[in-house]
Amino acid sequence: MKPLTINFRSKAAQTIGDEQVQNSLEHVYTGFYRGRLNAAADTHNWEELRTKGKAIKDHTIAHLDHYLEMFSEKVEENGGNVFFADNADEARQYITELATDRDIETVIKSKSMVSEEMALAENMNESGFETIETDLGEYIIQLAGETPYHLIAPAVHKSRKDVAELLDKDFADGDRVPDATELTMLARKQLRDVFARADMSVTGVNFAVAESGSIVLVTNEGNGRMSTSVPRVHVAVMGMEKIIPSIQDLSTMLRILIRSATGQRISTYVTMVNGPKTPDEEEGPEEFHVVIMNNGRHKLLKDPFLRESLNCIRCGACLNACPVYRKVGGHAYGWVYPGPIGAIVTPVITGLKDANNLPAASSLCGACHEACPVKINIPRMLLELRHKTAEGSSDPNERTSKFAERAIWKAWRTGMMGRGRFDWGARLAYLLMRPFSINGWIKKAPPPISGWTLSRDFPLIAGESLKSRLNRRRKKDI
Amino acid sequence: MSETSNNNLGTRSVTLFATCMVDQISPSVGESTVEVLEHLGLDVKFLDEQTCCGQPAFNSGFRSESEPVAQRFLELFEKVDGPIIVPSGSCAAMVRNFYADLFRHDKGLVERARTLSERLYEFTEFIHRFFGSDAITGICDDRVTYHKCCHLLREVGIDEQPIEMLSNIEGLKMVQMNRSDVCCGFGGAFSVKMPDISSAILDEKLDNIEATKANRVVAGDIGCIFQIQGGLRRRGSTTRVLHLAEILSESIRNAKTGKVTE
Repeated sequence: MKPLTINFRSKAAQTIGDEQVQNSLEHVYTGFYRGRLNAAADTHNWEELRTKGKAIKDHTIAHLDHYLEMFSEKVEENGGNVFFADNADEARQYITELATDRDIETVIKSKSMVSEEMALAENMNESGFETIETDLGEYIIQLAGETPYHLIAPAVHKSRKDVAELLDKDFADGDRVPDATELTMLARKQLRDVFARADMSVTGVNFAVAESGSIVLVTNEGNGRMSTSVPRVHVAVMGMEKIIPSIQDLSTMLRILIRSATGQRISTYVTMVNGPKTPDEEEGPEEFHVVIMNNGRHKLLKDPFLRESLNCIRCGACLNACPVYRKVGGHAYGWVYPGPIGAIVTPVITGLKDANNLPAASSLCGACHEACPVKINIPRMLLELRHKTAEGSSDPNERTSKFAERAIWKAWRTGMMGRGRFDWGARLAYLLMRPFSINGWIKKAPPPISGWTLSRDFPLIAGESLKSRLNRRRKKDI
Repeated sequence: MSETSNNNLGTRSVTLFATCMVDQISPSVGESTVEVLEHLGLDVKFLDEQTCCGQPAFNSGFRSESEPVAQRFLELFEKVDGPIIVPSGSCAAMVRNFYADLFRHDKGLVERARTLSERLYEFTEFIHRFFGSDAITGICDDRVTYHKCCHLLREVGIDEQPIEMLSNIEGLKMVQMNRSDVCCGFGGAFSVKMPDISSAILDEKLDNIEATKANRVVAGDIGCIFQIQGGLRRRGSTTRVLHLAEILSESIRNAKTGKVTE
């Protein structure tokens, strides 16, 4: 998928002004965010599970080569194939060639963010394979010609009316808007035939278990299970960080993933696939392929201060908790992964130069860190990326801070390095600001704080510092 | 609920780190902090040389500009013994949690920051820990709602303690706002760099505040106070936003003079 990170500001502004989308985004808080809080409160060892989850991921990422090799050997032992793709193009090419080679006509997809990195459905359709998304949200998004808005709820920004218009060609303004069940039934009817004729499926992977060579899918709609059992060829695509060592670990990871994602204790379906059907089995795919993709993840892996982002299990909890995501929406982030985790992963994978607004767009409130089931310290990594942008990166393409900004911070430092200058600077600011103030507040300020006064009054510097006031008070006491 | 009303601090002398914004923009917060601490029987020292902890530049990514300022802070406050009190969750978090990253190329500095952090407390945290939530009584007749500032809540761990403390103020009516733990949208330079996003977040906060019909909002960080007060003023609201220290000192004063606010 082509990154559009450079449009962050304009996309954000557009979403902030869109009342319907703002209303839809409320569900992210009232539904998912509260759901996670309730599920966590009902789980007596919740913090222990999070600590365990973090330890599992830390360990796996530290020994990624080892576990990837173990997983790949096991998959092959079980009769499957593994392809390591260095980037999205290689992954897409492998899948397209496989489809060509096996005379595939119809490809069904279940939800996979990694496949979005490849813009797989779009490309397969262009290559002549009928490729259809079967996750309800993804199906809606595909009909709309958009990209997912949220990690687990791709169409969360759509109203019921939007969905009705997409699913029903005959829907006209003024018609009764069907309820969610009716809409789901409509989609189900449309997708049923597709499932029946599909000869290949592409699914995502929630976890890949190294010791058994299994892939695990967590879904609520049943499309994942249909995809892994009906078509004759099954391709599972995953980012290389999706690995966990053992089935034992899976039990921990499933518990924290599902509760953090939807607030459920367990999803409607948890599907484990251990390979193609064996000679004594009657059903199941004849072929099973796993595509393990790097696509820039090595850049996160080699940076000790950003590596933790590979612990992400894509539950979406940080998006739901994020006050910025809930205002700017998913598309502003301009690539596959939105929200706080996207603000780290996207700049590193697609280039910090165009994406430098993503780490800047945060109040550093820490709600993401608090929500993360594997305790990823997202604010800390946002600060790392800001540092790279400001002055820290050795790559001039990444070091995009402007001269004026650097000058301001230099002046700031000079002012803070001595009390005399600190007082003198404050005095100067006070004298400059005072003529524009009313009762100690300013309605319209010049740059660099003009942005503030667009919507807020700005406080006037005090005419006398605390130091001076306290010293006067002390003299009085003596 | 509270541990004890007695001072279990072991000293009467504490040092105030006012923070740059309180010092130059809102000194009344600093004076109130001193008054409350003195009311608890403490001697409050003020180091005249103090400026800033370095957080603004650090948060903007300019660590080379932040570092000398942070180091200057460290050297200055290492000269005094005993507890250091900061009326800001954000600045306390900078020293305790973020200096480790800022100084990470120099183990010696990291260690010195860690040592200093052991005796550096945010204002509410300090009172709660050493005097208990019921240590301060007073009178005030306001309808108050409390906003949980992000760094105070998530970096320092002060959650319901201020509400417990305010429950000992006679006449004070506490009303809880919806989503009191959601950010107000301040975020330092973020509020100026991305004013539209910052304001959209603030708008939700202001709606939740106005729904309580409170005439006072209490919060624990001066940046958030400016953000919320600036937004309320722009809406034409007369609701005032106060630091916890301000409402406590005012209530203590009211009790002493037998007067009630305004």
